[in-house]
Order: sequence, then structure tokens, then C-alpha cells
Amino acid sequence: MTGFEYTILIPLIPLAIFLITGLLGMKWKPAVSGILGTAGMGTSFLLSVITAISYFFGGHGEAGFSPIIPANITWLKLTETLHIKMGVLLDPISVMMLVVITTVSFMVHIYSLGYMKGEKGFARFYAFLSLFSFSMLGLVLATNIFQMYIFWELVGVSSFLLIGFYYEKPSAVAASKKAFIVTRFADLGFLIGILILSFITGTFDFDQLTNPQASVFGGAASLGFMGISAMTWAMVLIFIGGAGKSAMFPLHIWLPDAMEGPTPVSALIHAATMVVAGVFLVARMFPVFHFQAPDALEVVAWVGGFTSLFAAVIAITQFDIKRVLAFSTLSQLGYMMLALGVSGYGGEEGLGYMASMFHLFTHAMFKALLFLGAGSIIHAVHSNYMYDMGGLRKYMPITHITFLIACLTIAGVPPLSGFFSKDEILVAAFNHNKILFGIEYLVAGLTAFYMFRLYFNVFWGKDRHYHHTPHESPLTMSIPLMFLAVASVFAGFLPFSELVTSDAKPFETEMHLMIAVPSVLIGLVGIFFAWLLYKKESRVPDAIAAKFGILYKATYNKFYFDEIYLFVTKKIIFNYISRPVAWFDRHIIDGFMVGIGLVTEKTSYLIKGMQSGQLQHYAFAFVAGTLALVLSILYFL
Amino acid sequence: MNILSLFVVVPVLTIVGILFTKDFKGARVVSAIGMSIQLVLAAALILMYLGARKAGVTDEMLWTADYTWFKSLNIHYAIGVDGIAVAMIGLTAIVVFAGIFASWEVEYLSREFFISLILLATGVFGFFISLDLFTMFLFYELAVIPMYLLIGVWGSGPKEASAMKLTLMLMGGSALLMVGLFGLYYNSAPDGGSLTWNILEIAKIKIPVEAQRFFFPFTFIGFGILGALFPFHTWSPDGHASAPTAVSMLHAGVLMKLGGYGCFRVAMFLMPEAANEMAWIFIILTTISVVYGAFGAIWQKDLKFINAYSSVSHCGLVIFALLMMNQTAMDGAILQMISHGLMTALFFALIGMIYGRTHTRNITEMGGLMKVIPFLAVVYMIAGFASLGLPGLSGFVAEMTVFVGSFQHQDTFHRVVTIIAASSIVITAVYILRVVGMILLGPVKDPHHLELTDAKWFERLSTITLVLSVAAIGIAPLWLSDMIQASLEPIVAKLTVFNPF
Amino acid sequence: MIQGIPIYHFLVVSTLMFFIGVCGFIIRRNLITMLMAVELILNSVNINFVVFNRYLYPDQLQGHFFSLFIVGIAAAEAAVAIALIINIYRRINNIEVENVNEMKF
Repeated sequence: MTGFEYTILIPLIPLAIFLITGLLGMKWKPAVSGILGTAGMGTSFLLSVITAISYFFGGHGEAGFSPIIPANITWLKLTETLHIKMGVLLDPISVMMLVVITTVSFMVHIYSLGYMKGEKGFARFYAFLSLFSFSMLGLVLATNIFQMYIFWELVGVSSFLLIGFYYEKPSAVAASKKAFIVTRFADLGFLIGILILSFITGTFDFDQLTNPQASVFGGAASLGFMGISAMTWAMVLIFIGGAGKSAMFPLHIWLPDAMEGPTPVSALIHAATMVVAGVFLVARMFPVFHFQAPDALEVVAWVGGFTSLFAAVIAITQFDIKRVLAFSTLSQLGYMMLALGVSGYGGEEGLGYMASMFHLFTHAMFKALLFLGAGSIIHAVHSNYMYDMGGLRKYMPITHITFLIACLTIAGVPPLSGFFSKDEILVAAFNHNKILFGIEYLVAGLTAFYMFRLYFNVFWGKDRHYHHTPHESPLTMSIPLMFLAVASVFAGFLPFSELVTSDAKPFETEMHLMIAVPSVLIGLVGIFFAWLLYKKESRVPDAIAAKFGILYKATYNKFYFDEIYLFVTKKIIFNYISRPVAWFDRHIIDGFMVGIGLVTEKTSYLIKGMQSGQLQHYAFAFVAGTLALVLSILYFL
Repeated sequence: MNILSLFVVVPVLTIVGILFTKDFKGARVVSAIGMSIQLVLAAALILMYLGARKAGVTDEMLWTADYTWFKSLNIHYAIGVDGIAVAMIGLTAIVVFAGIFASWEVEYLSREFFISLILLATGVFGFFISLDLFTMFLFYELAVIPMYLLIGVWGSGPKEASAMKLTLMLMGGSALLMVGLFGLYYNSAPDGGSLTWNILEIAKIKIPVEAQRFFFPFTFIGFGILGALFPFHTWSPDGHASAPTAVSMLHAGVLMKLGGYGCFRVAMFLMPEAANEMAWIFIILTTISVVYGAFGAIWQKDLKFINAYSSVSHCGLVIFALLMMNQTAMDGAILQMISHGLMTALFFALIGMIYGRTHTRNITEMGGLMKVIPFLAVVYMIAGFASLGLPGLSGFVAEMTVFVGSFQHQDTFHRVVTIIAASSIVITAVYILRVVGMILLGPVKDPHHLELTDAKWFERLSTITLVLSVAAIGIAPLWLSDMIQASLEPIVAKLTVFNPF
Repeated sequence: MIQGIPIYHFLVVSTLMFFIGVCGFIIRRNLITMLMAVELILNSVNINFVVFNRYLYPDQLQGHFFSLFIVGIAAAEAAVAIALIINIYRRINNIEVENVNEMKF
């Protein structure tokens, strides 16, 4: 029919591998599960690349790339019109996401062969990785918003399982719990958003919802709640769902803790794929946002902008290298959200949309590279903390070079890919709102600074006391590093504006030197300061930190958001709601029920004396009663 | 013989069979055989039902039969099933089957134990196939009363007190129910003619509205007590905590469904005007119980208490959705009954198995069980995920159907309470993950637990049956949902004719 | 009817017997005496049956039959009661009714 039927295999292969490995993995040698998983993911990767090539370069009509639905089956009929379907939707962004997910996932599968070697639960790890890949692929291929929600939840649970992979470690358990509950809270918003949206439109299907000429919003205008239109409510709530997964402020708190998971997991889930699901969601619903709820889009822009600044500031003060990267991820996700928020629809107007997707793509490559590099470092020195590292460039040349490439990319140094995508975002922000643009300029500088702070601390400076001499990682780990480094370098040259655009029609972009040159300069300034402060061991950073005092402390403690989270969950929910509820139930409601029983018992105790056991008392009562009855009947009748 | 009567006859024959056995080994084998036959019958019934519908049989009830057994009051043994009853029979058969294997090692008075258990099951099966209110009530009582013995004799903890509390509260419900049913009977011929107990015949006439107003609360609350309607739910934590494993399974898994089933099949179906008038009261009560049960569960330390409160929350959602009175929401309610029945039975089975090993149900005394008893721990996690509504497991399908259905209501009040009820999915996640985190993950807390052994074959059989059912509904819900929706049509039609909204 | 004796005479006798029996049952403490009181009550009823039968439906016999039944049953009852009393005597060495109060509460 459409020639794309095979795409259904892309998610199904990981699912099959999950089931097989999950059920039988314990009985095999660990390596078997690893190789099976990797082979399966490799197949999916190849299929995705083939799909992308034939989709993007198979030509397109006047109207741009049209969506293709090779498969769609009804999964559940809710009402006459609301059907939940399971299917595959191919359009520019889903095809792009296919490539991103399978590439990073494949690399992580290979990398983990080395990184996780000898770990207990190796098979379990690969099973979960496959489960995650399946869910994530299902999410991006969703043909309707409910299918997306279904896979959204599955992605959340695979993330829960993988963060808590070292389940004997209490901190990992707590982190996985936190991640799940925070995102679950956001998902509630998503769910209510879907409910409102489906109530208004009577459909879940994207091809009806995201069609700019859609007629399904007919009744929307008249509905509202608290002075805000129903569509704005719906889209803000859906965005909350996206913000939860993409860890936007103030739902970001789970992401840094999620670094308790194994590093390849952080690379795959918490850097490259799952956390961009929120961005993807907004992108997928973009026409609805743009045409029906522009106010909600403004919210998206500001939340994104604020998160990018907020996270960048925190990243400067962290010492755990994975946490620095986590906050950097937050910051970059903020960029993508912001780009979507400032975008218009169609052609040049849709620059922000294109830029966001472009950045999503490049970010996936270089951030996965950074995480895998960090994993390689952690593998070598057995610590997550910068102050346990130093001078590693001598011992780990491949890691060093690839890490440097990634740092330069994220700092936006041309001609690496980060430069191109970030530049487009800045242009889009500039066209929309100057304050947001200013924030992003600042963030660009901060990004370069904290990345190179990390880089210099780890690879330069003097050697620490290592348990054993750090060594370069095995080939299984360095090949993915090199592959991703190459991708990071060259991804910028992909003609994104001709492939992935808001209305699926290609347009031309040009270099805006007025914006690009200062942004590069700001990046370089950031790098320069980092070089100044961290190239050699010095007291200056500590002195600066001391100078800022409380501010530094607040930043170091991530502005106490974790404490607020703990306060809300432990104190409010646990102590102030749940405990009184439990007490109320036991003592008031149950007390009432028991009280009924007690009253009965007490009454019976009071009147049981009448059963004296004296036969003649009974006889007397009987006769007296009979007489009384007879007399009263005689009297009254 | 009518296939439906077999569902009562097979358990009775099993009971007779148990009488001839000598020791606990014989008793459990006979019970297992009997209930396996029952399971096969149920599967056959579902297939036959689907086949009949596919062949275009449009009767409201299939395989009807009618024998008078008490002429002067016109009481019949009238049976027949629609898709909903078929689904509930399937649920019961699965849970009873799993329950028998979960109590494989009951040695104390085991013949009596299995007899009571199967007697209870007989009552439940009879209830679901009955079309005659009196016979239905008879089976209902037959299901409730063995519970007293089962908890009082084979239970744990303050078993006598719990058994009495549970039975008395349920009997209180029965008393209300009886008033309601008599009310229906004496109003079943408002224009003269002979009175009837038959549901289908009562459904054809219109009970006078005054009578409905009076008798609806009796009937609804009477069934609602068994369905853990707030504030009449407090028998549930105590009863479940003291009950032996299989009894908890059957009770939470099946008996509580009798309440929900009765609520719509009798109270709402036969008294639609009153149901529409009074729905808002019960909607508020059930909204409270959905959220309240979930919050209540967070604080508990006893695994069974947690599950009992979670049942209050989930069963609250059943009645909540029923009262929304549209096809989707009611479909969700039935799905939720089935889903909750399966997963809560699974939970109680697992809690029993864990308790049998660790001799504690206090979650603060356990930890790291994943390492020592991986099979049970993984299944517990699956049950937990089902409970918090993970897609691919049955809870998700049911909850989403409920929420989408309820939200389709044109009235703002209903949509607002839907959002409140939907917030329970977060709270559920909190208590489920708290339990999972405390008892399964983390380091092993008690060194004695390191020597625990994992599930035996009968425990695996019991839990895997339930897990497979939960997953089957979660992955392919369409056939079940379609079957239920088709059967709901006459009920919804009757309810919406009088719908004032 | 019976040669000019009005029905009231019989009824007065039977009522007197009935209430004497009731009083005896309530007041006397000795089980044997109480049993005798019960016999009085039964026989007062017998008189009523016979009298009413004779006066109201002289051509029928049900009343007579019924009193015969009662006599028969009274005999059986006396046998059971005396057996009980003997057993009670063996247990507690007297037949005072206040002492037979095990069955209370």
C-alpha cells in the first residue's frame, strides 16, 4: 500500500526482545541477552534509517511531506467517536525521532556491553532497555493522543525501572520513586488535558487535531472556565504533562536524582530520548497550540526560557559530573521548549519549530556523547565527583577527544552542529521577544562556562589518588563515543529546514551574522573564563563562591526545590492529609460503626436481668401480658 | 441441563466430593478439580456467548430458564446472562481457581475450609446467573454467610471480632436490601395483575416514582455496603486483615463486585427515576471514597490494610462510574470491577504468600525482598503497576474508560468530580511505590529473610493465572469492552429516558 | 340444655379452675404442685370444649374428640414432667422451682 508497512517492526522488535529476555534472560549467559538486545536494536536502527531515507528523499508533493499511516488498528472503543487506536504515523518529526531514538539506543546498547559487563542483572538491564526503546518508539509513532499517553506512561515506568536498576541502593530507590511520582503528577495534567480536548473535539486522532483546517474545534470558543478558554486550559494541562517528562521548572526536580541510574541509561533516557518527549509532545500538538491556544504557547516559551537559565545557573555549582550534565540537559530542553513557544506556523514563521527539532536532534547526539563519555570516566575512576578527577587526558585519549568535541558542540562553536541549531533558536527568539532572547544569550555563555569547568576539572589539572591507574575504556565503549562524536560534528549540516518544518513544507534559512557572531563570542568568553579559573588548581573559584555566600549555597542546593518536594510529600501529604484521614477512618467512621454495636451490647446488658431463669416470673409476665392485651382489646373495640 | 445451572451444580457436586475425602490432600485435589472444571466452563461460556452474539442473537438475556419453586410468593429460579454477567462469571471462576491454589497448604480443618470456600463461590455464581430478585438475594446471602466461618475459624489476628464486624455490617446491608427488594416486589404490578420478582419483567413496567424514592436508597445502600461505599466501608480493612488468603482474594476480588453489580442491575436498572434524582448524593460520596481511600492507604503499615483501603478507592470508582449513567462510564465501571477483582485477588494472594514466609505484614519490618524471593517480588510489582494504572495491564483500560466516559457528561458538576476522582491516580502511585520501595527494594532489612524460599508450583500457578488475566485484558480490551457495551445498551436506554440533564 | 342447667354454670366452673390453675402455677414453688396446676388449666379447657360442643353443635363430636386428645397429651406430658422432676431431684435434692434457674441470660 504505502510501502512503509515494515515500520511497524521498528517498535515490535524491541518488544519481542523485552519479552524474550525478560522471561528467559535469567537462564542464559549474560552475554547472550546483551548481544540479542544489541542485534535487535541494530535491526530497528537500520530500518529507521531506511525509513528516513525513503521518506525524506523519496520526494514530496506541493503540500510538503504528507503524513503516512501504514498501520492503525482500533484498540478500544470508548464512545461512538472516541476510539483509541494503535498505529504508526510517519511524518517529518516522527521519522526524525525514529532516527534519534534508534541511533542513541543502538549506541547505548553497544556501549553497555562494556559498561555493564559483570554487573548482576545484566539480562534485566537489557530487557529494560528494550522495553524502554519499545515504549519510546511507540510514543513517537503514535497516531493519536491517547496512544501517545499510553506509551507515555510506559516510558515513565521503564524510566522508573532503569533509574532503580541498582534496587539495593536506597538512594536509587528513592530517586526512581521520585521520578515516577513527579512525572505521574504531570501526567495527571496531561490526562485532564486529553479529557478536555476530547470532550471539545470528540476525537483523539492527530490527523484531525493537528490539521490547520481542522473543523473539530467548532464548539471550543464558547467554553471556558475561570475566564480562560477551555482550549487554553486543555493545552496548558497537556503542556504540564510535557513539562513533567521534559523536566521543566518546577517539575524538574526528578531529573538530577534520576542520575542514580546506570550511566548508559542516563544517556539514553535522561538526555537524548525520554526527556525530549515533552518537547515532542508540544511539537506534535503545535498546530493546536498555535491556532487554538496561543496563550498556552506563550506559557511554553516562558517556562522554557526560565528553565534554561535556572538550570544553567545551578549547573555551575555542582560537583557531581552527571548532575552537571543533568542540569545542562534541563537547560537545553528549556531551549527547545522556548523555541517552540516563540515559533509561528508555516514557512519562515515556523523557524522556531524547525530550530527546536533541529536542536533536539543535535542535542541528542552531543548529550548522549557527553553522558557516555562521563560514563567512561566514571568507569575508569569509580567516582562521580569532579574533585576525584583530574589530568585524565593522558590516560583516556579517546574519551578526552570525544568529550572535548561534545563540549565545543554544546558551547556553540562553529562549525559543530550545536552552533547551527542554537543559532536558529536565537534567531527565532529574537523575532519574538527580546527579553527571552537576552536570557538565551546569557544561557549560551553560562553553558560554555559550566561545560568547560567540567572539562578542565576532569581532564586537566593534576592527578588525584586513583585506586588504580585510569585506563581507556574497551572498544565496545569507545566505538559509540566515536560514532556520536562524528554525528555531533556533522549533524549541523543536515538541511533541516527542508525536512522538518511546522507545516511540512521546506523553506530556506540564512545565517544571521548579527546574532551568530555575538553568540559565538559569548560562548568563547565562557570558555575563556572556565580556562582561567579551572585550567590549573586555584583558590579563585572557592573565593568567588565564598563571596556569594548565601546565593552560592542556595544555588548549590538547587534552590531548595528538593526540600520543597520533600516537604510536600512527607509533611503535607503524609502527615497532614493521609495521617488524619487514616485516623478519621479508624476513629470516627469506624468508631461510629463500632459504636452502633456497643450501644446494642450495652442495651442488652441492661435488659438481660429480665431473663432471670425463674420459671414463674416468665409465667407471670406471660399471663399479665395476655390479660393486658385482652383487656385493652375489650376496652378499645 | 441449562449451561448456567451447571455453574451452581458443579460447586455443589464438588462439595459432595469433598465430603468423601479423608484428609487435606484429598480435599484440595477435589476442590482443584471442581474449580478447574468451573474455569473451563466459564471459558466455554464466554466463547459461546461471543459466538451467539456474532451469530446475531439479540435477546437481552441468553440461556434463560425458569422454574417456579415457591408458588404462593411467585418465586422462581429464573436464570439468564448477558455480557456483563458472563464477564463477572469469568472473573469469579478465575479468582476461585486461583484462590484454591493459594490455599493449597491449609491443613487445619481443610475439608471444612474448602467446603465453605466453595459454598461461597456457589453463592456468587448463583447471584450472577439469577434473574429473580428473591433467588438472587438467596444466593447473595449464601455468599456472605460462609465468610463468617471462614474468617472466624481460619483467620488470623483478632479474627472473631473482625468476622463479627464484617458479617454484622453486611447483614445490616442485607436488611436494607431486603426492604428494598420487598418494595420492588410489592410495587411490581402497579396496574394490578400478579406481582413478580423477575428483573426483566419489573424492568418493563414503571415503578411509581414515590415508591422508587423510598426504596431506591435501601436497595442502593444495601448493595453499596458490600461494594464498600463510603462511609460504610470500615468492615473492609478489618475483615481483610483477619481473613485467610483465599478468603481475602474472593472477598475483595468477587464479593465486593456483587455490591457493584447489584447496584446497577437492581437498584439503578429497576428504579431509574429515583436513581437519576439521587445520583448526585452518591456521586459525592463515591468521589470522597475514591480520594479518601487512596489517602487512607498512604498511612497504613499493614500490607492488607493498604490493600483494603486501595480497594475502597477502586471500588468507589466503580460506583462513581455507574452513577455517571452513560454507556462509556458504565462500561468502565464493569471493566474496573473485573480489573480490580483480578488485581486485588493477586495482591491478596501475594500478601498471603509473603506473610507465610516472613510472618509479618508490617511494611516497616521488611525490605529487599526482590533479592530473596524474586518471583513473588516481580509479580507483586506487576500487581502494583496494574493497580496504579500502567498501560498494558487491566487497571489502565478500566480507569481510562471511566474517566473519559465520565468526562463526556454535559454537566459541569460531573466533569469537576471526574477531575477530582482522576487525581487518585497520583495518590495511588504514591502508596503503591511506597510499599514497593519499602518491602521489595532496598537492602534486606531482616537477616532472617535471607533464607526465604521463592514461590512453590501451586503459588506460581495461582499468581500466573491472575497475572495473565490482568495482562490479557490490558493488552486486548476491545472484545471485553464491546461485549459489555452491547449488554449495557438496554440499561443505559432505560436510565437516560428519564435523564433530566 | 342439659335439663335446664344454663351454660354459664359450666363456664364459671371452668374459668375458676383455669385461674386457680394459673395462680397455682405462678405462686406455688413445688414443681409437683405446679404440674398439678397445669393439669387444672388443661382440664378447665377440656370442660370448655365439651360444653361448647354440647351446647352449640350437639350433633357433632369434634369437641369431645379434642378433649380426649388433650387428656392423652396431658398424660404424656405428666409422664415427661415427672421424669424431669425426678431427674432434677436427683441432681439438686429438692424440687423447688427457684432452684431450677440454670437457664438464664
